[in-house]
Amino acid sequence: MDTLIAQLQRQFRDYTISLYHQGFLDDQFTELKKLQDECSPDFVAEVVTLFFEDCEKLISNMARALDQTGNVDFKLVGSSVHQLKGSSSSVGAKRVKGLCVTLKECCDSQNFEGCVRCLQQVDIEYKTLKAKLQDLFNLEQQIVQAGGRIPQVDI
Amino acid sequence: MEKGGFSPVGLRVLVVDDDPTWLKILEKMLKKCSYEVTTCGLAREALRLLRERKDGYDIVISDVNMPDMDGFKLLEHVGLELDLPVIMMSVDGETSRVMKGVQHGACDYLLKPIRMKELKIIWQHVLRKKLQEVRDIEGCGYDGGADWITRYDEAHFLGGGEDVSFGKKRKDFDFEKKLLQDESDPSSSSSKKARVVWSFELHQKFVNAVNQIGCDHKAGPKKILDLMNVPWLTRENVASHLQKYRLYLSRLEKEKEIKCYSGGVKSIDSSPKDAEVNSGHQSPASLSDPNTDVIMPPKTKKTRIGFDPPPISSSAFDSLLPWNDASEVLESKPVLYENSFLQQLPLPSQSSYVANSAPSLMEEEMKPPYETPAGGSSVNADEFLMPQDKISTVTIQDLDPSAISCMKQQEFSSNVTNNTEAILRSLNWELPESHHSASLDTDLDLSCLNGDRFLANTGLYFQDYSNSPSLLSELPLNLWYGNERLPDPDDYSFMVDHGLFIS
Repeated sequence: MDTLIAQLQRQFRDYTISLYHQGFLDDQFTELKKLQDECSPDFVAEVVTLFFEDCEKLISNMARALDQTGNVDFKLVGSSVHQLKGSSSSVGAKRVKGLCVTLKECCDSQNFEGCVRCLQQVDIEYKTLKAKLQDLFNLEQQIVQAGGRIPQVDI
Repeated sequence: MEKGGFSPVGLRVLVVDDDPTWLKILEKMLKKCSYEVTTCGLAREALRLLRERKDGYDIVISDVNMPDMDGFKLLEHVGLELDLPVIMMSVDGETSRVMKGVQHGACDYLLKPIRMKELKIIWQHVLRKKLQEVRDIEGCGYDGGADWITRYDEAHFLGGGEDVSFGKKRKDFDFEKKLLQDESDPSSSSSKKARVVWSFELHQKFVNAVNQIGCDHKAGPKKILDLMNVPWLTRENVASHLQKYRLYLSRLEKEKEIKCYSGGVKSIDSSPKDAEVNSGHQSPASLSDPNTDVIMPPKTKKTRIGFDPPPISSSAFDSLLPWNDASEVLESKPVLYENSFLQQLPLPSQSSYVANSAPSLMEEEMKPPYETPAGGSSVNADEFLMPQDKISTVTIQDLDPSAISCMKQQEFSSNVTNNTEAILRSLNWELPESHHSASLDTDLDLSCLNGDRFLANTGLYFQDYSNSPSLLSELPLNLWYGNERLPDPDDYSFMVDHGLFIS
């Protein structure tokens, strides 16, 4: 009979693996987890929070730039997406990073519609990731509250 | 900082990056390497810190793209004013960017995401610089011998644990130096030479000279020196610089795996050439010289050391470099790299270098991303939103212009998020695939996530995503995954089950 802890741990493991398999996360996220220790027990959550704040800021920069009808500063959009690419590479946000590459190409070719579509996707993508990571952290908390250990998941 | 008691533990690192996420991660990683870390979000701030405590840092790591100052500019300042080793970082690994880093004096160029093992070895750059200082100052500029000593010392330190004390090694260094002094040209060993700083200008002269010589296979240190026409520079200085330059270029080519350098690329890094090519040369001494007891460390210890000569495989290069003027026969391959490689690059502006201006460089870089268009963004929402969809809390006109013009992060309150969505939605209305107003409401559902603290338990478990990607319903599949492959059928069904994919 599976205890609650065991069930939660299994869910945690499955969910983590699915995030990698679906391409939401890559091995940089694994590296982040390795950096977490007793000195900084919430390291991953803190870093990820910073990342999502950065996302908001950069995406709104870009949205605003694209909103200047007839006078879109593609260079500004380009530099913002470059920053976002760097930022997403820091947490292993694989899909976001991939979309940044596409968005950068649209910027370089000054493809307005392409930029808008891409930016919309980036927006949805980071929010989706944020929700998923929230779920993951919730699971962790539940495990800890139930008195269990958070399992190490090898991808 | 005294040269005697140097140790990688406690190495004082200054990290400069405008990305707060990376700054936090790098700080953690460097601390795990037992370094002493100072972080900085702006290039000017970094310069201020460095100037304030001239001897306060051992090495600087900086991102290439900074909002207030070009990372290359910072690199130049640090290199020239303070002569500290600087490592550049970027998410962009384009050759031209990397080359620019080298030209401006970077001792390494790391690609993001950066790994622990890359940071674990940065102390070698500091050591190498110090050894070079010692070498230059004490005038032991005898050609291959000096570099060989450096490699030997490095090999020692590579083999050791984290707690390597370099003070002790200094004595070994002196001993080896004396040993080799007997065999080297006596006339060059005793003179005290001034320290050579390879400034941007000087390096440019060097590169120009190499270019000029071209591919007639005679790009030896002597010829380069003659062409450079820098009276105080010696052949030894040029020789050691040339070696580093060639190694960098060949490494670059290897990494790029450019097919046009046919047949040449691999051989550079293959087994060392015969010692007979340069009979008088000392560097294969480890193999053939009976006078030294030095043993080259095993290959398994090889680590990547950026642009500077790796401790082991570079023995291959010594035989390729003409330390003796008499036997200045170069393999065609290294020169071929240089030649073709250099020809691809436009020479940087020849204008005299002024500390605070480098117009050609600055123009290439993008303007700081935090410039605002003067007009603000007072877009008339009526143009975009259908009357029945005007939502009172979320109109563009509500936006406070000052919130836009000020790019500080704290100004980006929830207004901005709603505004972003409004803009995105408004932009969406312009597109042929306009959406039913009902789908817009679901965006607001997502927006409620934005303001939450991340760790707060929102009670969400497996959220139903069936509504959220509605905006994507018209978009082609390949865009959903950016540049990545489409999902496997297994993944496909998994996602459909979880409402992640809208057919």
